[in-house]
Amino acid sequence: MPGLPPEVRRDGEPGWAGGLRKLYNSVVDEPLPDSFKDLLKKLDDPDDA
Amino acid sequence: MPERIKASPADEGFRLELLSVLPHLRAFARGLSGRPDFADDLVQEAAIKAWTARERYQAGTNMRAWTFAILRNHYLSELRRSRRQTDLDEGVAERMLVMEADQEGPLHLGDMEVALQKLSPERREAVLLVGASGFSYEEAAEIAGCPIGTMKSRVARARADLARMLEGELGALDIKTRKTG
Repeated sequence: MPGLPPEVRRDGEPGWAGGLRKLYNSVVDEPLPDSFKDLLKKLDDPDDA
Repeated sequence: MPERIKASPADEGFRLELLSVLPHLRAFARGLSGRPDFADDLVQEAAIKAWTARERYQAGTNMRAWTFAILRNHYLSELRRSRRQTDLDEGVAERMLVMEADQEGPLHLGDMEVALQKLSPERREAVLLVGASGFSYEEAAEIAGCPIGTMKSRVARARADLARMLEGELGALDIKTRKTG
């Protein structure tokens, strides 16, 4: 969109807003760490949870 | 021989939905607390609470919103508990945060992480729910237990704070680079 500064996106969203989602999604995309094994085991075998 | 009690189909559906939201809960908890290990503990505890309370979940409603509210309330009660136990040495916390942020080097997300943690807790929660997790204002207000107008105002203020921190300081660096380059 002409006339807008480069740090503002086409839809009017500032550049940092995409950075916030990127930060969030970088965690969403991580595989679950080993510390979750016990939880997953409990949820895999709900009778024991 | 006693017959083993089978998980009901409803439980199985709940379990799968709960598993599917774990990565989102991790991202939300990490954003709220800024501390990866603490965040993962919160997620696991919240998941157990959700599982224990599964009878209260209405199938077909929003599992993400429901579990986010559980996690958020658990986080707040842990904060209250730890404040009673010790006063957090903010200097140490800040140094830890900077170290963690530096490790994010390739993605340059450290500045965003630091800025996020400088927000007031209410604004941080608001911008994480609406700006990062993609909840509507209405859903976010429900999760945070506040009126929708309050949520809108918190998000607006968080955005203004982040813009000031990230586009003020870092943006100024960019402009300087562009002008000299």
